Amino acid sequence: MGQTLFDKIWDAHVVSSKEGFPDVLYIDTHFIHEVTSPQAFDGLRKAGRKVLRPNKTVATADHNVPTWEQHLPIKEELSRFQVETLAKNCKEFGIEFYGLGHPYQGIVHIIGPELGITRPGGTYVCGDSHTSTHGAFGAIAFGIGTSQVEQVLATQCLLQSRPKRMKIEVNGKLQFGVGAKDIILYIISQITAAGGTGYAVEYAGDTIRSLSMEGRMTVCNMSIEMGARCGLIAPDETTFNYVKGREFAPKGEEWDKALAYWETLYSDEDAQFDKVLSFRAEDIEPMITYGTNPGMGIGVTQHVPATKDIDATEQLSYANSLKYMGLQDDQLMLGKEIDYVFIGSCTNARIEDLRQVAKFLKGRKKADNVTVWVVPGSKQVEQQAIAEGLDKVFEAAGIPLREPGCSACLAMNEDKIPAGKYCVSTSNRNFEGRQGPNSRTFLASPLTAAAAAVTGRITDIRELLQEEELVG
Amino acid sequence: MTKIFKHVQSTVVPLPIENIDTDQIIPARFLKATTREGFGNNLFRDWRYDNQENPKDFVLNHPTYSGKVLVAGKNFGCGSSREHAAWAIVDFGFDVVVSSFFADIFKGNALNNGLLPVQVSDAFLAKIFEAVFADPLTQVDVDLENQVISLASTGEQESFEINAYKKACLINGYDDIDYILSHKAEIEAFEAR
Repeated sequence: MGQTLFDKIWDAHVVSSKEGFPDVLYIDTHFIHEVTSPQAFDGLRKAGRKVLRPNKTVATADHNVPTWEQHLPIKEELSRFQVETLAKNCKEFGIEFYGLGHPYQGIVHIIGPELGITRPGGTYVCGDSHTSTHGAFGAIAFGIGTSQVEQVLATQCLLQSRPKRMKIEVNGKLQFGVGAKDIILYIISQITAAGGTGYAVEYAGDTIRSLSMEGRMTVCNMSIEMGARCGLIAPDETTFNYVKGREFAPKGEEWDKALAYWETLYSDEDAQFDKVLSFRAEDIEPMITYGTNPGMGIGVTQHVPATKDIDATEQLSYANSLKYMGLQDDQLMLGKEIDYVFIGSCTNARIEDLRQVAKFLKGRKKADNVTVWVVPGSKQVEQQAIAEGLDKVFEAAGIPLREPGCSACLAMNEDKIPAGKYCVSTSNRNFEGRQGPNSRTFLASPLTAAAAAVTGRITDIRELLQEEELVG
Repeated sequence: MTKIFKHVQSTVVPLPIENIDTDQIIPARFLKATTREGFGNNLFRDWRYDNQENPKDFVLNHPTYSGKVLVAGKNFGCGSSREHAAWAIVDFGFDVVVSSFFADIFKGNALNNGLLPVQVSDAFLAKIFEAVFADPLTQVDVDLENQVISLASTGEQESFEINAYKKACLINGYDDIDYILSHKAEIEAFEAR
């Protein structure tokens, strides 16, 4: 019987497999950041252990760094201490650290791919649930807890039971104005925030295949928002072209050898999945969330579902969620006034996202009553945006381009949405207080966020754009 | 060395809400500590206190309910991989979380910190809530060795699943790292391939 892509990669990384025990899985690269690593290094010190393979660990500072005037010392004392602690730990244990000011600094899930560290067939972990992003290259990538960060530092391996396999196919032609973010928000709205729990999800179908690497990363990034252990997409020419020539990508003969292997990485025709779901691209509208988990999403032209139509056991939680959001049963989302727009995060802060937003904003201005933050995903994205003059487009629209970090996705730095205010956000979570205590988040694509920035309300991007404007 | 866990009998704290995410368990702004201790003070921070630090009407502020067992609605611990969520629950004084469904990463984090996630059926979960709301002194008994959870008052019980390896770790206080490092030769052989 044929194998799934997931099983091929898994089997190629098993160090030990014993009945009754989780497998010992070799990890190709371990990404670490300031928030979930300090206790792991402390654990190593207490136990007198070393980092087994320091050259297979990459560190950056992203979660709580400021996105303005990064050349100055971090003002917030605890954040500064956490970043300094990471720098010290990296020095002590011999780990490469891309800290503030380094040309490779950025959100951990943006820098891995753009540096050519993330490759097809690899295994990647990080103490961050959005590690699933790296699966876009046809790789296994898990978010892990701090005890596991310590485990991987000490052993370069992860103890893990093989998850079940799910295939999610999307076929057909996307409507104009609909992109990768809408696809994944739509899938989660259909299968709920717990629909992928226990599974490794492979995305397939011609719609997925037509996406750029940036789009595929957006899809895989949010796999965790349906509870999946990871998400992945079989590598193809799009993948190989993206990886080729990047800083740490294999070169010359190494490249040829790697490519020959990567071309074997797909699910065999007769591979068995534990579950298969299919969606039609034509059914997907520009999406917006209305509630407090990422499964609570609808097409932007639709009405908020009524509480009475929700499963009886969940009505109380559902009603509380709408109350928190200040929304009513059956309310139309279009036209809802908003206060902030956040374009950034590991979901949507790559150069393609910024290009798309800049293309739309050219010749337009942000609404006076809206604060807009555009936060590039990495120093390299920021520099590329400046080289292409995108910063000038943003400025002309009344939006200064900020500096890289996780920013308002989780509001660990100064970029917080105030209590009660509404933010249309290209990030990945609309949980209560996620963007600041009592903040209210509407998740959407970069284009839908940009449309809201211009009108000051939830807007159907298709009303503002002619099709030809988006092409090219 | 993980905390040893075998058996707990206790009153419970009921939290009948679905999809409780780790941002609610411990909001991101409290993740700046570099040690594992003290997160219990900020457990469910924004549900416990308002912006002026005044206590809200929330079960952890309710003198009626206390105990070592937290009982919550389905899909508990979804969202962020932050282990701080498990640390906060343990630091607050819980040994067990009962729900009808757990998010994967949270479940792993809990087990790595001597916090037992007990997954029960929707029906048994409803039974526990019903019993506790009828009598807040209701006790549940969680027996890890036999993998059984029961309502002490009525004796109604249900068995629960746990990975055999993780069960052995909890009962004996084994450490994953020691287990993996016992494969050092195999790791090196793998790298040499």
